[in-house]
Formats: sequence, structure tokens, C-alpha cells
Amino acid sequence: MNGYCLLCHRRYVSRMSWSDLLTVKQEDVLCDVCRRSFSLIEGDICDRCGRSFSLLDETYRQGECCADCLRWQQDDEWSGMLTKNRSVYVYDDFMKEVVSRWKFRGDYALVEAFRIDVRREFFRHFSSESLLIPIPLSRERLYERGFNQAKALADLLFLPVFDVLERHDSEKQSKKSRYERLRTAPFRLHAGGQLQGKSVVIIDDIYTTGSTVYHAARLLKEAGACDVCSFTLIRA
Amino acid sequence: MRFVYDGTKWLPQPLVDVWEGEAVPISQIPTIPAYEKNPHFSVSSELLSFLDGKHLLLDELPFPLELIQEHYEHGYIFYQKGIVRTDQGYRCERCGNERTHLFASFACARCERLCTYCRQCITMGRVSECTPLVVSFVRSERTFYKQPLVWHGTLSSGQQQAAEAVVRAIENNEELLVWAVCGAGKTEVLFPGINWALQLGKRICLATPRTDVVLELAPRLKQAFPSVPAIALYGGSEDRGKQAPLVIATTHQLLRFYRAFDVVVIDEVDAFPYSVEPMLSYATEKARCETSALIYLTATPHPHWQQEIKQKKRTAVTIPARYHGYPLPVPSFEWCGNWRKKVKRGTLPKNVTAWVEKRLVDGKQAFLFVPHIELLQHVVSILKKLDGRIEGVHAEDDERKEKVGAFRQGAIPLLVTTTILERGVTVPNIDVAVLGAEDDLFTEGALVQIAGRVGRSAQYPSGDVRFFHYGKTKAMLAAKRQIVRMNNEAKERGLLQKR
Repeated sequence: MNGYCLLCHRRYVSRMSWSDLLTVKQEDVLCDVCRRSFSLIEGDICDRCGRSFSLLDETYRQGECCADCLRWQQDDEWSGMLTKNRSVYVYDDFMKEVVSRWKFRGDYALVEAFRIDVRREFFRHFSSESLLIPIPLSRERLYERGFNQAKALADLLFLPVFDVLERHDSEKQSKKSRYERLRTAPFRLHAGGQLQGKSVVIIDDIYTTGSTVYHAARLLKEAGACDVCSFTLIRA
Repeated sequence: MRFVYDGTKWLPQPLVDVWEGEAVPISQIPTIPAYEKNPHFSVSSELLSFLDGKHLLLDELPFPLELIQEHYEHGYIFYQKGIVRTDQGYRCERCGNERTHLFASFACARCERLCTYCRQCITMGRVSECTPLVVSFVRSERTFYKQPLVWHGTLSSGQQQAAEAVVRAIENNEELLVWAVCGAGKTEVLFPGINWALQLGKRICLATPRTDVVLELAPRLKQAFPSVPAIALYGGSEDRGKQAPLVIATTHQLLRFYRAFDVVVIDEVDAFPYSVEPMLSYATEKARCETSALIYLTATPHPHWQQEIKQKKRTAVTIPARYHGYPLPVPSFEWCGNWRKKVKRGTLPKNVTAWVEKRLVDGKQAFLFVPHIELLQHVVSILKKLDGRIEGVHAEDDERKEKVGAFRQGAIPLLVTTTILERGVTVPNIDVAVLGAEDDLFTEGALVQIAGRVGRSAQYPSGDVRFFHYGKTKAMLAAKRQIVRMNNEAKERGLLQKR
């Protein structure tokens, strides 16, 4: 089969095998070289936040959990808000490049490059009964980007998407310290009620300190959700 | 962004408080009306100067939308459609892309509908169906300089002849190709032409495919024309938004310009990515004024350009001799058998090893070119057994700069490299060999450039150029022919040193 790689735009021939002919397998939108450049999170991971232990200094590991997650659990305010996070890719230089083109330059189509991995990893960790709640952008940021990257990821999963969160600060999370991130609640709920007893999965592009996801989780718990997990494209 | 029609004119929706009627993306406005210029309107000179000779996205304009709209309504600026429909699909008006696989659509939050955008020029900000490109109808005043060139060097007679042709092309707004061999000193050839153009109040752009060349050229030009404001444009440059009669830019940056320059010089026209990207020739055409001069500089024009020169379809001037007046070193070919098989087994062909050993014994530095990164790593580990100081360098090497620096200082006796070092890197007194010169990657142009690394300084004007191969190719023969032809022409025109 012939095509142009979605990332490098070069013409490529995807290798055909008998299993491709016998099963209805989706054809890759990337060439071999670009596909191999993505690093999946594999091996031993933190039970809670899903980060790879192999990339982490031994001293940060506390049994099956990482030091960051332990800190969340020891804080009465936050303990138990988030059941677990799982992510697809490692945040390496290649991924930084790809995400910057997708999110900041606005090359929406690149979401297709994540489709196969995102679907496989999601259903490995979460049930197909889950309710998806994408992390929203502020109005200004949404206008600037033209699309919400978390929503674009959620749309890959063909599960019910609940847009119940609304962002009321426009500051970029990455410009704040951990302390500032924790102090200010960035979201509010704009359609409550239907969450009673539901188990939901928050969808976002990246899990860095976890504060975005924890804030959203607390709000959803308060609104009655019984179980809140999160799923992100990247674990930084 | 969407526009609304209030019965008399089109307005950007954000400027209308309440709107019940239809709002459409710019691509759906049948014809965008242009207004007569109102001479009584008090213009914002900052806005007009920012837009001078450009077409930009609203996101790139640090001015309030109201101000922009006022200038539109008074006939000073105009909104162009970023994406237009064609018979086959779409065209991006900024980069000229018409290839279907380089367009994509998404549910756009700006125009609240499915919106098609261009993926080819996405690194410069997204151009979509709801994106206006803003252009100005006003050009800033020309500045005329009296004798701006301050340069005390002299041109060789080959350079002198080419420089005169450049001056004529600029004067008559013509196209000209300057075919200058590696080491001819092509930048200086431009000085008299730029000097003359600045005296005539012309605006000049020197464009080159690579950022490092921009960074190298800008200070040289600023030094030669100290009284003339000059700016350097590349991804992340601080000069963005500034105006100057002398612009040094990467070819990508040309995309932001619109009928801006009276003289465009394209340096290394054959180098990646200009030659593979039709986008950049579109950008050049768009950035030029309707009457303007276009000068191409190259050491290795493409075969079809060479053909056009021969058939006199393309005006060209050659500088067949180097600045120092010694002939170009001519490559010799040496068969080395199935070298790939040998490399896999952990050895090199005997004659290749012998060539390397000779350089090591004589203490003469050398480049060894190989076709691919994977091969490079094997070859380096084989050669490290001869001398542990031998290193390899390739495009994705993080230590590229350090290794080239160490080579310059003599700490590395032999550098194994992929084609990334074929241009630009000039080290005096080296020899050069190619392992696997028959590979497709080694085009005629690449081989001429590789041979051009040798004998660059007047102190050491000669050296060995060896192409080790497993079967001669047309490209190899053409490269050698080109070099020999240039030497002959140089001799006939009396451009070589009399010895």
C-alpha cells in the first residue's frame, strides 16, 4: 500500500503481511521510521500515575508507587480523589516535537497518528462502560487553538463524551508553580447531577504534576461520581 | 474568525456585539470588496510599517482588530482568503500548496464548522478556510544611500566579471544564475550589485535554505554595508516585525512576504530544501515585486538547469576558478568491490584501509563520506581500531558542532560523515574520500560539493579526492566532467594563476 506519512510527508510503502490480508487491520498513517520514533510506556509502572519506573531514579520509588503519588495520598484534601492514571507515551524530545506541532502549531490531523496506540492502551486499562470527560480549555485558548486537544483524543475512543467541565482561568498551567497550581481551582461544573454513581475517566493530553487531573477529579467526586480515573496521551 | 454582512460591508464578527444573522468564514464570501483609499484617514504608521511588503495572519499582527478593520474600510489594507477552492480541491494562498494529502479538516472552534487547513506551511501558523491573510496596499518610503559599501577587499577577475553581470541584472530587473565553483567567493560577488541597488533605493532580500547560513551571512553584510539597516529572519529570530532595506532570510521566511522586494537573491539554490519543495519557488515568486531582479547563486546547478544554460534558455554567468586561482582538485575513481558486505563482516576494502592509513601516517586530516547513518556507525567502529581518535558525525548527532570544532582544531585526524558536511564546512589542507560513491544519495551536485571541500585555502590549494565505488555511476562521471570543464574554462579565460 502506498501513502504519504502523516508526520514526515514522505511517500512510503507499508509492509503487507498475511495477517494484514486475513484480518481487517487498520493501515498505519505513519512510515516505519516515524512510527518507531514513538516511545510507549512499558514495563514496570507506578500503580497510581502510570509513569514508567525504568525512567525514574530508584529513590523516587516507594514500593508500587512513586514519591509524587505518595505525596498526593498523604494529603487529606486530595487522598483518594483519583483512582489511577494511565498514559500512552513517554515525553521524550520526539514527542515534544510532535505535540508542539499538533497542539501549538495546530496540525489537528496528527491525532490520527495516536489512534491505534490510544485505543489499545485505553481498553487495556479501562472498561468500555466508562464515561469520558475531557479537560476543557478556556474560551480564549480554545479560540486561539481552534480545537481542544483533550476532546480530540476522547473522540478517538467512540465512547460517550461528557463535556461537563468548564475552565475559568486562562493562565497556562505550565507557567505556575506546584503550590500555585494546587491553590487555585481551575474548573467548575456546568451541568451537574448526571454523574451520581458513575465511573468516569478524565481525558487529557499530558499528565505532568497531576494537579489538573486532581482538581477535575475532586470536582467530579463532589458531583457524585463514584470512581474517577484519568487517561492521558503522555506522562511527563 | 467569521465575517458578517451588515447590509453595506463585511465586518469581523468579534466587532459586532449582537448578531442574529449568518456569519461565514472568509472563504465563503464571494468577492471581498476593496475600498478606494481615503486620503483624509489618519493612518497608523506602526500598522502599515509592520505590514509593509507582507501578508500576515491576524495572529501575527499585534494590533487591535478595530484598527485593522478601519484601515480596511479606508482602503489601506485588504483581506485575502487564506485557502481557496480549486477545480481539484484547495490551494493555500500563503505557500501555494495544492496537494490533497497536505490538507486536512477539523471541527474549528473559530468558525464553528468543518474547516480545511494547509498542512504544508503549518509551522508558520495555521492557514485555514476561516483565516484571512492581511495585506497592505501602502509601501513605505524608499531610502536612497550614497555609496553604502565599505569593503576594502578586491575581486578576482572571475568574480569581477560575474559581479558586473549581477549589477546589470539588478539594473534591468532580470533573472540571472551565478554558477560559481566551490571556493570562488560568491558572497563578495554580490557586493557591487547590492551597493548599486541601495543607491537606487531598492529593497533587497538574500534568501538561503539554512538558518546557519543566514547567521553566517548577516554579520558579513552588516559589516560591508554599515550604514544600512539589515535584518536576519529565521525561525525564532528577534528581527521579526522589523523593516529594513536589506533582509537576510531563510527561504521559509519568504512565505510571509508579498510583493516586497526589488531584488531577490537565492543562495545555494540547489540545496535542500529549495530543490525539493515547490513551495519555496512559489514563495520566491510571491515575495518579489512585479518588476524585480532574481539572482540565483550555486556551485552545483541541477542537471536540467545546466541543460537550460546550454540551450541559452537561462541566463547564467560562471566563475570557473577559485578565488586563489588554483584549479579544482579532480576526483579519481577506485573500485572497491562489495564494500557493504565487508563492512557487515567488520572490515573495509583493502584500498580504503590503505587510503586511511596513509593519511594517518602523513598526519593529513581527511573526511570520509558514507551514504547512511547505520553504515557510518559500523565504519567508525572499524576505523577506531586504526586510531581511537577517529569520529563519526551525522545529521541527528547532538555533538555535531563539538566534533566539527574538534576536527578544525586537529584533535580528530579523520571524520567519517554522511552528506551533511558536503556544504559549508571549510577546513584548510584536507583530503576527501567517498565510500560507496555509487549510492543514489551521491548525486552529481553532492559529489561536486564533496570534492569542493579540498584545497580551499591559498596555502594548501591541492589535495586528494577519491571516490571508492562498486560500479561507476552517471552521477560520478558527470561530477568529474563538470570539475574538469570548469578547470578548462578557467584556463581558457586566463583565470588561473600563472606558474
